[in-house]
Amino acid sequence: MLEKMIFGRYIPGDSFIHRLDARAKLIFVFLFIAVVFIANNWITYGILVAFTFLIIRMSKIRLYFLINGLKPVVILIIFTFLLHLFFTREGAVIFEWKFIKIYEEGLRQGIFISIRFFVLVILTSILTLTTTPISITDALETLLNPLKKWKLPVHELALMMSISLRFIPTLMDETDKIMKAQMARGSDMTTGSMKERVNAIVPLLIPLFVSAFKRAEDLATAMEVRGYKGGEGRTRYRKLEWAAKDTIIILSLVVLAAVLVYFRS
Amino acid sequence: MKREIISLQEVTFTYAEEDENVRPAVNNVSYTVYEGEWVAIVGHNGSGKSTLARLMNGLLFPQTGQVRVFGEALNEQSLWETRSQMGMVFQNPDNQFVGATVQDDVAFALENNGIPFEEMVERVKQSLVKVKMSDFMNSEPHHLSGGQKQRVAIAGAIALQPKILLLDEATSMLDPQGREEVLSTVRQLREETDLTVISITHDLEEALLADRVIMMNQGSKYAEGSPEEIFQRGQELVDLGLDLPFAMNISRLLKTQGITLVAEHMSEEELVNDLWTSHFNK
Amino acid sequence: MDITLQQVSYAYAKNTPFEKRALFDVDLHIPSGSYQAIIGHTGSGKSTVLQHLNALLKPTDGSIQIGDVEVSAGKKNKQLRKVRQKVGIVFQFPEHQLFDETVLKDIMFGPMNFGVPEQEAKRRAIELVSLLGLPDEVLEKSPFDLSGGQMRRVAIAGVLAMNPEVLVLDEPTAGLDPKGRKEIMDLFYRLHKEKGLTTILVTHSMEDAARYADRIAIMHDGKCVLAGTPQEIFSDEGRLMDFRLELPQSMKFQKKVEQMMGKKLPALCLTEEMLAEELARFLKKEREL
Repeated sequence: MLEKMIFGRYIPGDSFIHRLDARAKLIFVFLFIAVVFIANNWITYGILVAFTFLIIRMSKIRLYFLINGLKPVVILIIFTFLLHLFFTREGAVIFEWKFIKIYEEGLRQGIFISIRFFVLVILTSILTLTTTPISITDALETLLNPLKKWKLPVHELALMMSISLRFIPTLMDETDKIMKAQMARGSDMTTGSMKERVNAIVPLLIPLFVSAFKRAEDLATAMEVRGYKGGEGRTRYRKLEWAAKDTIIILSLVVLAAVLVYFRS
Repeated sequence: MKREIISLQEVTFTYAEEDENVRPAVNNVSYTVYEGEWVAIVGHNGSGKSTLARLMNGLLFPQTGQVRVFGEALNEQSLWETRSQMGMVFQNPDNQFVGATVQDDVAFALENNGIPFEEMVERVKQSLVKVKMSDFMNSEPHHLSGGQKQRVAIAGAIALQPKILLLDEATSMLDPQGREEVLSTVRQLREETDLTVISITHDLEEALLADRVIMMNQGSKYAEGSPEEIFQRGQELVDLGLDLPFAMNISRLLKTQGITLVAEHMSEEELVNDLWTSHFNK
Repeated sequence: MDITLQQVSYAYAKNTPFEKRALFDVDLHIPSGSYQAIIGHTGSGKSTVLQHLNALLKPTDGSIQIGDVEVSAGKKNKQLRKVRQKVGIVFQFPEHQLFDETVLKDIMFGPMNFGVPEQEAKRRAIELVSLLGLPDEVLEKSPFDLSGGQMRRVAIAGVLAMNPEVLVLDEPTAGLDPKGRKEIMDLFYRLHKEKGLTTILVTHSMEDAARYADRIAIMHDGKCVLAGTPQEIFSDEGRLMDFRLELPQSMKFQKKVEQMMGKKLPALCLTEEMLAEELARFLKKEREL
């Protein structure tokens, strides 16, 4: 199940989108969230969908993986669609059966909201699928850097994030191992009453915490020995490079916004 | 006389300061490591050898006695300078990998010490070449084997161009292949540079590579000498929870079978030669 | 209890961009009461095989027969608990699975999950603690207050307490010092002999495989490439080198001595003791001639 989830994972590649500066991609996604709200009729939503598919094409990620990996989100989209479908009561009634009434506006709203949701999820996924977590962290650190003036510990936060990301696979492996070791000892986390299941989690959680603390302690020692004293006086190994293509992708969004404004009703 | 690199003078350290019934982890230990040496500190689990590692780089300070690095007392003031001269590799390959990828991890200590960007890139590259990991610059830790991770850790340690490399049971969690990778990397580094190596281990093969062995038992220094001198103690070492070299085991077993040998041999070649001269070539 | 793997294949994260095949058509028969070693480098698939032995993983293709239970691709099986009770696994670094307040409770965890009455589980725990050479006082201690070596022993006791018929060991001595290593391996061998416990040892160590096992299987790149008795496996050094494996140290030395003498010893010497014995016998005979 978790193996199939692709949200938040990185697929190595060398597409145009892969090669963009992580800052450009982050800014792009944030701006896009705003731009999406300009759309308000069939033409503008159509343009949004077309634009999204263009980006998917450019990222060279197979559509099948995207759709398959986003299944859990699709359920959420369907739910939102139904919510709008049944509870919007405007416009002409287009369908009636016993107590269920579906209005024209409801259908329209349902479809629009679903599209909005869909393009947002797809584009955020593409951001994470084409950018290594460490680049995202770097980009966040640079973009948030001005906030240091207001005593926001930007460097520490970024380091925390990058170490957490670095340890996710390690801890996932560990969870798998401990779970299997306890299953081999007859522990059963998948059947039984709610209470039994909660009890069965204890033998998993305690070893996991013990080991996570041990790792944290070791890591702190290792960092100290390697001369880590906080952000002061540190140089940076990673350099982000903003190129012409990064400006272009942001401009494409401005163009998109202009087109949407022109066609919106 | 060679230059003194690290010296411990009657060092005692206990984790439980209030409780006098608890045996100190390190009890009145003195030794000196000289420039360019490879010293192995051996002992069973719980013999105090890992505490020694922590005392040598100022993660711990002794209650009594003194630790000197480069002839100067190790204290809060000299700590960071000392650490920049001492690369350290720990036991667990996963728990010391800070960076998101191989090159980030190697750069970590360089960043901490404020090395300029251009030089950093160069040093990361060179260090990875030295440990033969250049093909893995962009790999993430969970795609590497234990031996590879330890080699990255070595690269991270030598990137700062330290005088000393301290290996704290760096091979004990590895498979035979990983162990071999790490040891041959260290051996090669020693050939190319005048790096002083201190390896804390219970691996026999690692101890045999050293110029000098310091043997710990129950927190005290039990013996000190060349690997030959140490392993001549035979049964004594076995009783203390250590292995003997293969050739020595065979020598001892042959003796119990009534085969006379000139000595208990350390190396297989010596043993074969002895068998040849005393039993065939008469 | 026999275990038979038939054409077992396994792929992690099947049908995703992250799919990784780990096993390819593995055939292996492990007869009841045998001591089977499974050797291979890291990544050879030996750990994946191990997890099939008590159905923690199910084959994506093929089937595995564990006693009278068959686990095969795509089929649900309700008898997995029965299998897990009979096949105990000591994972690598088993001390990572300890969790309970006291050593006693932790050892009792396994058997009580399988419905063993409390009194009986307690009796077993007390017996096992002394069998593993731990003092009785540890029973009431927290497992987290013990030394690394002691924790290892408690974890092993926790598996043995289920009274398994088959014991699977994954590098059970990794990280221990030489003395601890020998004690643990000798204990498993004694259990194998005295209780007729079918033992499956997954290891990198050619020495351990040669010393203890009566059957050896070699895994390489997800395939079982060689299987047979130690004599069969070690008589073909060339084949082993194809898989980047070496002979046990005693046999390497045997070859050196044979080369020096220009004569061969009558048997393959799997252990140091055997080598010394054979060599002594040979030398004495030479002297008499």
